[in-house]
Amino acid sequence: MRFLMKTDYYQDIRLFKYRSTFFWYLALVLGCVLLPKIIDEYMLSQLTFICIYAVAGVGLMLLTGFTGQISMGHAAFLAIGSYTSAVLTAKGVPFLLALPASGVTAALVGIVIGRPILHLTGLYLAIATMGAAFIIEEILVRWESVTNGNMGMMVDTPTIFGFGFDTEIRFFYLSLVVLILVLLLAKNILRSPTGRAFIAIRDSEIAAEAMGINLASFKTQSFAISAFFTGIAGSLYAHKIFFINPESYTIMQSIELLAIVIIGGLGSLHGAVYGSIFFIFLPQLIIISKDYLPSFVQDQTGLQPALFGLLIILVMLFEPMGIYGRWLKTKFYFEWFPLYKKDSFKREKKYQKAERH
Amino acid sequence: MAFFQAQEISISFGGLKALDRVSFTVNKGEIFSIIGPNGAGKTTIFNCINRFYDLDEGVFLLDGKSLSSAKTHQIADMGIARTFQNIELFKNMTVLDNLILGRHRKRRSNILTEMFFFKPVQRQEINSREKAEEIIDFLDLEAHRDQLVVNLPYGVQKTVELGRALAMEPTLLLLDEPTSGLNMEESEDLAFWLDDMKEELGITVLMVEHNMRFVKQTTDRVLAIDFGQTIIEGETNEVLNHPDVMRAYLGEENVCNA
Repeated sequence: MRFLMKTDYYQDIRLFKYRSTFFWYLALVLGCVLLPKIIDEYMLSQLTFICIYAVAGVGLMLLTGFTGQISMGHAAFLAIGSYTSAVLTAKGVPFLLALPASGVTAALVGIVIGRPILHLTGLYLAIATMGAAFIIEEILVRWESVTNGNMGMMVDTPTIFGFGFDTEIRFFYLSLVVLILVLLLAKNILRSPTGRAFIAIRDSEIAAEAMGINLASFKTQSFAISAFFTGIAGSLYAHKIFFINPESYTIMQSIELLAIVIIGGLGSLHGAVYGSIFFIFLPQLIIISKDYLPSFVQDQTGLQPALFGLLIILVMLFEPMGIYGRWLKTKFYFEWFPLYKKDSFKREKKYQKAERH
Repeated sequence: MAFFQAQEISISFGGLKALDRVSFTVNKGEIFSIIGPNGAGKTTIFNCINRFYDLDEGVFLLDGKSLSSAKTHQIADMGIARTFQNIELFKNMTVLDNLILGRHRKRRSNILTEMFFFKPVQRQEINSREKAEEIIDFLDLEAHRDQLVVNLPYGVQKTVELGRALAMEPTLLLLDEPTSGLNMEESEDLAFWLDDMKEELGITVLMVEHNMRFVKQTTDRVLAIDFGQTIIEGETNEVLNHPDVMRAYLGEENVCNA
């Protein structure tokens, strides 16, 4: 257990609570920078995908995990980001402009879609966002003069001031930097009034409104910023896979994004990163560990998806707070050793909550 | 002088007339209570002030300005804060964050400046924190500052909710059954705080309350309603001893026997 003697309110709004926390994050970043030296190209490419999915995950986390609004249409923003970046770079716009532009385009579309539907709640909102995503997907298919329709389009290698991100390593570093920036921006929003307003809306819309929080405005802002980050991820995604067509951005993709934030742990930025690690690495892990299984299991068809699905179910069953929740508990266990009890994290059941206000 | 006024307000839900041409006047700096049996329409008045419901007829005036055209979230900007009958705190936040959220209407930053956490945003955070600390000091919440609201006992949650309303620096504070669920000692504390709020902070308080002892102890003037209609508005003692009020509370027979 550590105690921090505080002498200034500024200490409480700092990014890192302890100096050691900063040190560990720095070590983590350095580790990521050095990682390409020891792993092969394929794994590196998977790491890049983790960064890209984590960026999109941060976007969806702000909307779903912090503001409490479910979206089943986030693949659409990924698509808008991808196409914006692909079209702009093809026209000769530098990547350094195309990257934020893809985020901004996604955010603008997010505002247009979000504003009218965001007074819906829960599953109804989920279905409405899904409907919006269908429309956008269809536009991408039909608007052939720009998107080349179902034929798809090739995407250029991104270049910044003549420096081409044409190798795995370079692109990995690019994605890593973008992820770190996005995490910083998201963290800043969360420790400011807007972030608190998001959480307030999630916890009690009535009270939030009575505090003077404009629900329509803040929900739209949340949707826009979420779309912005997802659009950025879309841009990276397009440049990573070189070739995009509307089929890459289906409802399946939206559900995967949602799964990433739920498995990672709703309501934490860490969760977005953990979730994408889980989603990208677990299938790889299953493939690798397959070699060590008895041959009659190995030869089963469909083993990988089945195991993957099973693991998702198990995480949901035993750790509803997601991977981040498990991480918190583990940390707590060591901080308070040997005082940790099984029920330390158990919530008391409440029955007196009424619907009136 | 009239600070807050309800003029002939009416609202009905389907065939039920929840409020029927109710009028009352709250003076600047006084503590005003609304009493009445269950279902009389007390909380409905609050929800109408907050614009959760739209009035069918009538108007609320704050300092002569009508609330009818304001949206729900703008009511807070006009300086009206409220608490709820069944605590509506942000349960997964700490006490401190709940109080700082009360500062939302003082926010001068926007999402773009906040993204980069520029100096003015930082200063604003510190200001909010200082104000929150004042309230923590005022309501003796020091021990609970960094705890999640969900883990606190009911009485403390009620106090936090009061604190969150105070953090908004309201001119008019609406308290919906502030003593329900509190023990004797906590009610006593609340009575002191109400007194301080009135004397030191100059806040006008409008409350719905069932605890007659508490009403007698704290309140300047009272409005009694039943079935959505005014029984009487007046000085506390006058209203509490009025035969119609006793009848509404105790029933016809008991009053005769008393």
